[in-house]
Amino acid sequence: MAKIYVNGEAQEVTLPLNISELIKNNNVQQPEMVSVQVNEEFAERDEWDNIQLAEGDTVDFLYFMGGGSAL
Amino acid sequence: MIDLTEQQIERYSRHILLQDVGVEGQEKIMNARVLVVGAGGLGAPVSLYLAAAGIGRIGLVDADVVDLSNLQRQVIHFTRDVGIPKVESAKEKIQAINPDVQVDTYREFLDSSNALDIISQYDFIVDGTDNFPVKFLINDACVMAGKPFSHGGILRFHGQTFTHLPGTACYRCMFKEPPPAGAVPTCSQAGVLGAIAGMLGTIQAAETLKYFTGVGELLTNRLLTFDAKTMQFNNIKVRPRASCELCGEHPTIDHLIDYEQAACDLKHH
Repeated sequence: MAKIYVNGEAQEVTLPLNISELIKNNNVQQPEMVSVQVNEEFAERDEWDNIQLAEGDTVDFLYFMGGGSAL
Repeated sequence: MIDLTEQQIERYSRHILLQDVGVEGQEKIMNARVLVVGAGGLGAPVSLYLAAAGIGRIGLVDADVVDLSNLQRQVIHFTRDVGIPKVESAKEKIQAINPDVQVDTYREFLDSSNALDIISQYDFIVDGTDNFPVKFLINDACVMAGKPFSHGGILRFHGQTFTHLPGTACYRCMFKEPPPAGAVPTCSQAGVLGAIAGMLGTIQAAETLKYFTGVGELLTNRLLTFDAKTMQFNNIKVRPRASCELCGEHPTIDHLIDYEQAACDLKHH
């Protein structure tokens, strides 16, 4: 087990774990509407399968949000 | 510099009393020119507070007319305004609140043909739009023109905002390109709690006033997000991305792009 931080909250995870798997584990409904940072660095979408997480990593999910002036 | 009249000293007394603002800060506010893109859920509270604060010139961009379904959150528009252009409805309220404010109205859509022209006439831009093609357009135009702006987005019970100054992280540093058309619901499809627009819009208005008065720390290089269900606010640190296609080390975007919009987002009046 390892501890990582997702959007500021600690999560116990089993390694090895890549970003795509973390997204699945966190039930992100539409992965195409999320942008990901690992340790405050932007993670390219086509690298999500290759980026392995480690103990203490911080991961941020940034969601697309529209809103405002309704059309 | 502006010499404040007695009436203005009274009107803005609660700003002038603030040590960080004072007469000098109020004069900066009164010399400021702000463009508000979208006279809707976010543009409404932004425009109302900026007008009350005495921003010298406010530009409003919106091609739409007021719809009954807007009134649940777009508090600058009243029941009697249904059917009239949003920019006209908003202008009337701004001038009723504060006749000192000069209002420019642009009853048109912002696109690659007019964005730089319009933006260049203002000192600070507020993104109060609902759709990703225009959010990227505003970001790109502001970065190209070296203009600061406030980004805002709301959905259901959530809001997010950041402030960009030249050299700080831009929208593309965080979100490379618009999501596939139709992938992300907008408020018109997913709904939004009306007061969320007020929460987010007033943060954007406060950031605008902080920018002009130089007070405090702006929301640069961080994305503020909140969930109104739990009232948890979260600051996510972000940084300029070296590989950013717009502001990175080897930019590839050198012109404004009109992205396709999901068909279901298009006007339905």
